[in-house]
Amino acid sequence: MTQAMTTTERVSSELQRGGDVASNQFLTFSLANEEYGVDILRVQEIKGWTPVTHIPNAPAYLKGVLNLRGTIVPIVDLRMRFNLDAIDYTPTTVVIVLSLLNEGRERTFGIVVDAVSDVLNIAPTDIRPKPDFGTVVDADFINGLATVGEHMVMLLDIDCLLRPDEINAIASVGE
Amino acid sequence: MSIDITQFHQIFFEESFEGLDSMEAALLELGGGSEDAELINTIFRGAHSIKGGSGTFGFTEVARFTHVLETLLDQMRSGQREATRASVNLLLESVDALREMLTATRDHSAIDAPRIADLIARLEAMLGHEPTQATQTKSAPAAARTQGWRIRFRPHADILRTGNDPVRILRELAGLSNTGDMRVQVDLSAVPGWDSLDAEACHLGWDIDLHGNVARAAIDEVFAWVVDEADLHIAPLENAVADVAVEADTAVTGELVVERRRSEDRRQGEDRRSAAPAGDASSIRVGINKIDALINMVGELVITQSMLGQIGDSLVQDGTQAQIEKLRDGLAALERNTRELQESVMRIRMLPISFAFNRFPRLVHDLGGKLNKQIELRMSGENTELDKTVMEKISDPLVHLVRNALDHGIETPDVRIAAGKPPVGTLHLNAYHQGGNIVIEIGDDGAGLDKQKILRKAVERGVVSAAEATGLSDDKIGDLIFLPGFSTADVVSDVSGRGVGMDVVRRNIQALGGSVEVRSQAGQGSSFIIRLPLTLAILDGQLVRVGEQIYIIPLVSIIESLQARKELINSVAGMAEVYRLRDDYLPVIRLYRLFNIQADTEDLTQGLLVVVEGDGQKAGVFVDELLAQQQVVIKSLESNYRRIDGVSGATILGDGSVALIMDIPGLIRLTNTPPQAVRKTA
Repeated sequence: MTQAMTTTERVSSELQRGGDVASNQFLTFSLANEEYGVDILRVQEIKGWTPVTHIPNAPAYLKGVLNLRGTIVPIVDLRMRFNLDAIDYTPTTVVIVLSLLNEGRERTFGIVVDAVSDVLNIAPTDIRPKPDFGTVVDADFINGLATVGEHMVMLLDIDCLLRPDEINAIASVGE
Repeated sequence: MSIDITQFHQIFFEESFEGLDSMEAALLELGGGSEDAELINTIFRGAHSIKGGSGTFGFTEVARFTHVLETLLDQMRSGQREATRASVNLLLESVDALREMLTATRDHSAIDAPRIADLIARLEAMLGHEPTQATQTKSAPAAARTQGWRIRFRPHADILRTGNDPVRILRELAGLSNTGDMRVQVDLSAVPGWDSLDAEACHLGWDIDLHGNVARAAIDEVFAWVVDEADLHIAPLENAVADVAVEADTAVTGELVVERRRSEDRRQGEDRRSAAPAGDASSIRVGINKIDALINMVGELVITQSMLGQIGDSLVQDGTQAQIEKLRDGLAALERNTRELQESVMRIRMLPISFAFNRFPRLVHDLGGKLNKQIELRMSGENTELDKTVMEKISDPLVHLVRNALDHGIETPDVRIAAGKPPVGTLHLNAYHQGGNIVIEIGDDGAGLDKQKILRKAVERGVVSAAEATGLSDDKIGDLIFLPGFSTADVVSDVSGRGVGMDVVRRNIQALGGSVEVRSQAGQGSSFIIRLPLTLAILDGQLVRVGEQIYIIPLVSIIESLQARKELINSVAGMAEVYRLRDDYLPVIRLYRLFNIQADTEDLTQGLLVVVEGDGQKAGVFVDELLAQQQVVIKSLESNYRRIDGVSGATILGDGSVALIMDIPGLIRLTNTPPQAVRKTA
């Protein structure tokens, strides 16, 4: 746990140095032993998990809403969004607060992930296009794949992942 | 150093739109037969400043158009031309065209060039006519003419920073003289040494001898924009010794001072502003007395706070009963001040309803002409204040109701005379405060609602059965017109009656937390009464608990709360539940089931029923417990997420957690939807 916290702290301090960050930087996090990455410029902050307010009749992966300094921010459980096994939230469970662009508007969303891993420099040339997963996996929200050391990192298209119409569509199916 | 001029565009557009509004208002008054010379001056000033601004910013089309407009206005101002109905209408059209041009320029979209060209042609055609000499001189200042003027012009050091260019003023002056004879002497006495020279300040002054037959008013016009930023003396050449001080023609009120400060603030904050997309930023003008009240309030709050701090410190050392008493007093004062502070802050967002009413004189003028009806518009309570957001959202419904009243309500003159009424119909807009609400009434003295026609239509559309129709009270009949797709107009006109009608009006008003009703008397007219909350920012709420969740029910929707008695609970067709409350049967809304959460109890007699009313329908909301009542600040869920059925927004509670605010009409609608949806989530 201590180690994970220091990772979070280190990443947070990297975030604060944000000014000189080139856009090739990605924040990576783990989710069921898989590594994912998001464009670091989209990351607003990283915070620990705190209880949220339930939203009626929302899709299950939308855990609820949170008060982030006066703004109401929806929180999505990424494991549930990807149909992975849900796990209990632990002290290392973190919420990554992202800003996304939908329909020309900026929205703030939080995603719950297992743990934050690192900040990586990935050159555009190192990003491979995603393979065709067919219909087995819904891969619309993956921008590309990158190999870092031994690991494969899936780079997420968060605008696509948290589209409001997407959420609406699933909400209506859920009903 | 290069200056990014686009940062001033926003100000230019805002001021131009305001200028157009006042031009329009003055034109309407002029068309109404008023012969006030100041009216024409107002119109002229509006056009002139738009021309100047658009020239500065390089909006050549706008500048060219306003130039033609200005020429025509100038003839009117100098009394060479009378303000005829035709010219006023043409000018009104030009104002519309200008507004569209400015909007297009601001949004970087295309200008409707053929229309503008057509208007210019018509304006020029009017100019081309030998102007009819006005029967009386409409502009008094034009009378003063001499053979020349001596002008002493000493701009203040910061004149350049306000965007004024003395050279341009001098050039304009030279253009005034028919002989072009102007001598200018520069006064260099104020120029400092090199080390203290400020390149952005103006250190020069000028003495100008302007020869020729020039009207004093024309000179004043040239300097109109800089009188506050320069020392100016204008005297006829004959007796140049006597100094005649120019008086500013606008009374400088507190309001104006704020306005000027505001624009200075803007210039200072240019970095932040330039980041925002053009046209998105919105600002409001605020009366200075409101700001003063606010500042005083904050001062008191700070004092109270420091007092509390001191008492708190001493309490730690030796707390006595008396001191604790003091602390209580202090806390009470703090609470009172905070509340007043909050109200003051809220008042900053309040604007007089005249902002919404101001468009109606024009609308009534145009529509009256189109419909061949004579209409007098009366407005009262224009100073009634309401929240800016509410105002913006109520404008469209108001326009709709006014159009309706003109189209369907007020009759044509011959019909009115036949009915024994004066040929001129009256439309009355009235606004006043009542409790925590603002009430807006739109009344006409027209034909009133045709009840038989409405009933016929309702039966035709299957809204009510023929049997039901006979038993309906007048109120209920009036209510029918708010149902979707209901329009009784015989002819679908382009004024109103396109089928999107009163239902949209009602929905928009309800979305603001308000209500609308109609009162009508056959042959006497009808009036629409709109009730709206003063602000959308806060509401008085009742906190209720269901399981672990806390929800807020708006206090206005709550009628009473009660403990259910078993013998009064009935079920309908085994699905819906109703509770008998005196003579009413209330549908029971089980929140935990609707929202799919865990409640403490599912036994109605163990919890509480909160009796609520929304959309004229009552219901009992079943909750576990009632908590505190408090004023809550409404936060939007839509800004980051989306609308949720049955929820109007969210708020943040004292402990920092989020609570959802119930939308009672929405909740009732949700319960009325096919029960399968509810069953499935249960």
